[in-house]
Amino acid sequence: MSPTTITPDADVPFSPTLDPDTPLSPSAPDREAGAGRKRRDAPEAGSDGAPHRVDPNRRVENPPLRAVPHLSQEDLDAFGREMEAIRAKHVADLGERDATYIRNVIKAQRRLEVGGRIALELGFIPPLWLAGVAALSASKILDNMEIGHNVMHGQYDWMQDEELNGRTFEWDTACPADQWRHSHNYMHHTHTNIVGKDRDVGYGILRMSDDQPWEPYFIGNPVYASLLALLFEYGVALHDLETEDLRYGRWDWEARRPMLRAIWGKVRRQAAKDYLLFPALAGPFFPIVLAGNATANVVRNLWTFSIIFCGHFPDGVEEFTVEETENETRGGWYVRQLLGSSNLTGGRWFHVMSGNLSFQIEHHLFPDIPAWRYAAMSEDVREACERYGLQYNAGPLPYQLFTVARKIVRLSVPTADEADAYLDGDAGNPVVKTVVRGVRGVAKAAGGGVEAARGAAGVARGAAGMAKAAAEAGAGVVRGAAGAARGGGGTARGGAGAA
Amino acid sequence: MTATAPPAPAPTGARPDEDGHEPTGAASSRRRGIARRLLGTQLADALAGPHDVDHYLELLRPDWAVRRVRGEIVDVRHQTDDSVTLTLRPTVTWPGFRAGQHVEIHVDVDGVRHRRCYSPSGSADVRTRTIELTIRRHPEGVVSRHLKAHARPGMFVGLSMPRGEDFVLPDERPDRIVLISGGSGITPVLSMLRTLTDQGHDGPIAFLHYARSADDLLYADDLAAIAAAHPNVELLPVYTRGGSATGAGVADATARDPAADDAGTAGDRTATTPACDLHGRFGDDHLRRVLPEDRDAAAFVCGPAALVDAVREAWADVGLQTPLRYEHFAPPELPPVDPDDLGTVTFAGSDLTVDADGTTLLQQAEAAGLQPVSGCRMGICLTCKCRLEHGVVRDTLTGDVHGAPGEEIRICVSAPVGDVTVDL
Repeated sequence: MSPTTITPDADVPFSPTLDPDTPLSPSAPDREAGAGRKRRDAPEAGSDGAPHRVDPNRRVENPPLRAVPHLSQEDLDAFGREMEAIRAKHVADLGERDATYIRNVIKAQRRLEVGGRIALELGFIPPLWLAGVAALSASKILDNMEIGHNVMHGQYDWMQDEELNGRTFEWDTACPADQWRHSHNYMHHTHTNIVGKDRDVGYGILRMSDDQPWEPYFIGNPVYASLLALLFEYGVALHDLETEDLRYGRWDWEARRPMLRAIWGKVRRQAAKDYLLFPALAGPFFPIVLAGNATANVVRNLWTFSIIFCGHFPDGVEEFTVEETENETRGGWYVRQLLGSSNLTGGRWFHVMSGNLSFQIEHHLFPDIPAWRYAAMSEDVREACERYGLQYNAGPLPYQLFTVARKIVRLSVPTADEADAYLDGDAGNPVVKTVVRGVRGVAKAAGGGVEAARGAAGVARGAAGMAKAAAEAGAGVVRGAAGAARGGGGTARGGAGAA
Repeated sequence: MTATAPPAPAPTGARPDEDGHEPTGAASSRRRGIARRLLGTQLADALAGPHDVDHYLELLRPDWAVRRVRGEIVDVRHQTDDSVTLTLRPTVTWPGFRAGQHVEIHVDVDGVRHRRCYSPSGSADVRTRTIELTIRRHPEGVVSRHLKAHARPGMFVGLSMPRGEDFVLPDERPDRIVLISGGSGITPVLSMLRTLTDQGHDGPIAFLHYARSADDLLYADDLAAIAAAHPNVELLPVYTRGGSATGAGVADATARDPAADDAGTAGDRTATTPACDLHGRFGDDHLRRVLPEDRDAAAFVCGPAALVDAVREAWADVGLQTPLRYEHFAPPELPPVDPDDLGTVTFAGSDLTVDADGTTLLQQAEAAGLQPVSGCRMGICLTCKCRLEHGVVRDTLTGDVHGAPGEEIRICVSAPVGDVTVDL
């Protein structure tokens, strides 16, 4: 007659049934020897009762992750268990507070949306137009980040509310939720920062890591980044299509037809709503509402682009190779998530408006825990990181954006070795190669490729510095992001010319 | 419950004629009708997309809805110490129900939405536009205890469409109606009784009800009033404890709260609701009393398994031709769980059953030759989520054993405990 939930007595320690030599497997740590007991008894205690501590200057033989040469496999697994203890603590505490929080955010989002739309219908009065754009932008940002992104991670699935079901939620952006769930929840969160596997490294259109081989296409890196920032929702919508296959001649129209149809359906509905129906309701003021809705969408695009790019691409974030993660344990997965992410520092409202993705590290460690808890979890995570000698990346948004912009510009121009690697490689159009070889020869004659590369980097630094100054001058965080990217675009052309 | 057919989607504006009965006057109700019709259009959907209109409507008027069904609690009564009676005013999306059907209500307790089935006890006549539910508090019941303690007028609960097609009053009414219930099984049967009297049924109606004592008898006053107003209704309350000499009876099957056993002495209430001259369990004498002749009659029984089984046996023994419809009201069973118990795994969508081998459901499905969608295989991406239809599973990340019918589980980190059925 009624569903039942059965929870075994929490006081009874879980008894593992496998032999003690079984390693911590990715999917069944509860069967790992002693894990259950450790979790329940003293999660942070090592065998001698003291918290696990690792000397950061130690060097182990054959470290499983080359980014942390002082950590052995055992250390990684011990760290993983500590993370699982933090997770378990918060899972046990899920309840009314989480439900109240997300419902309040949803209420605020609806109010902002309804209020913003009404204000924009009356947008012929300039202050109302501005207020409408602000409210609608905020509504879309909340809908996409704190609500959409987090709900689709299943953070609120435990509430059993069909409206907050991660598998069926749909959001107010061009990307169909189903494709997002694949490209983001699976591809990105499982293979975070593994170059060649995590397609969020450059989204298939940018060069965001030294480990991605350079090719002439990437000279446009800053231009692509600027366009992506402005049109981010469409970039996200096309993400799961793996459009880079077009460049490499691997594109299969037949296989992609259903996805394209789904994207077109969603894009059309979104565009009809924002660029046709709501403007039409305003009658003669159609263009005013249209401009307001378009502005709100662009503001949302720039903001989400900035937050997301600052999650994985600022200086200090590590990338990984397919080889070193081949036999990864859950402990290794945790450490990779930590090293591959970077937090943003800021106040409470900043965190709410970034969907708590400003706690990117905690989000990657605990993707299915309600995001508003990340602030509290970060204290425990930081403490553990100190003991294990692990870097915990964090910085304010303007500075992080500056380092991202600098990276986008720097990676657009090859170093001498990268240019040689491209010329020696099999891939690439012979005509383009000839051009590159010519430019490379001129650069060599003009004082060596090293010099040229250094020069280009210098220009890039200058441009990014200006962008940083603009952001700090109070021009607004979002405009700063666009400025940095746009500034970068300008210098790339300059850099290419200099080479 | 006997049948749980999936509810059909609510037709928009299912009963617009209802608006005419609103006390606020014809003009305003017509305006409201127009507003509701506008909100049900494709244009409204396009403007609200990707969310639905109700998502926004809820903000303005929680008692309005275009598709969802909700009910506002308008009255809370505490008939006994261990029950609460709620009167709900449903949104216009509620299509009405047939006497004997049940409805799922959705209640949030500590952030978690719980779903429970209850049978409305009010009249199903179209003139009654409320839903009355009586909920017996179970000592471990999450929802029943929450509602007993916290239900207040003004609160909203989610509602499903009415369910159940078997245990309902037939449209063609036979002359003699026999209603038998035990404990809280009174609710659908009372709904039948009220519907019959509201709709002017003039044949004899026998209502045989088993309660532990007069204090435990729900709806004592309502029953007395119905009997007083309708001479064709014969009330036959049987007390299996306290007032009656015969001791334990069938209603004991519902006795889950030991404290309640001592609560009742029949003395106080016998003045208003005297026990009838029948005693003890349902048997031959009870049967002869409520069904003296076996023609143009129909019988309905609802209650604990012991009562339903006794009635069905009596029917079979005597070889009665009278149609008998029945519904079990059984408390949820809570068997002890051994997380290492290996049973069988049934993949319902593929019509395949295999012996559990201790690995995750995903691994077992693949070993069985199925190709379920999956992603990370470590419990983070939710790609592999599917519906658990029966049984419980162990979370291989935490060791916790959980599972409720209809719950969505990540099969890559769920190992079966005992017999399990998943929708794969």
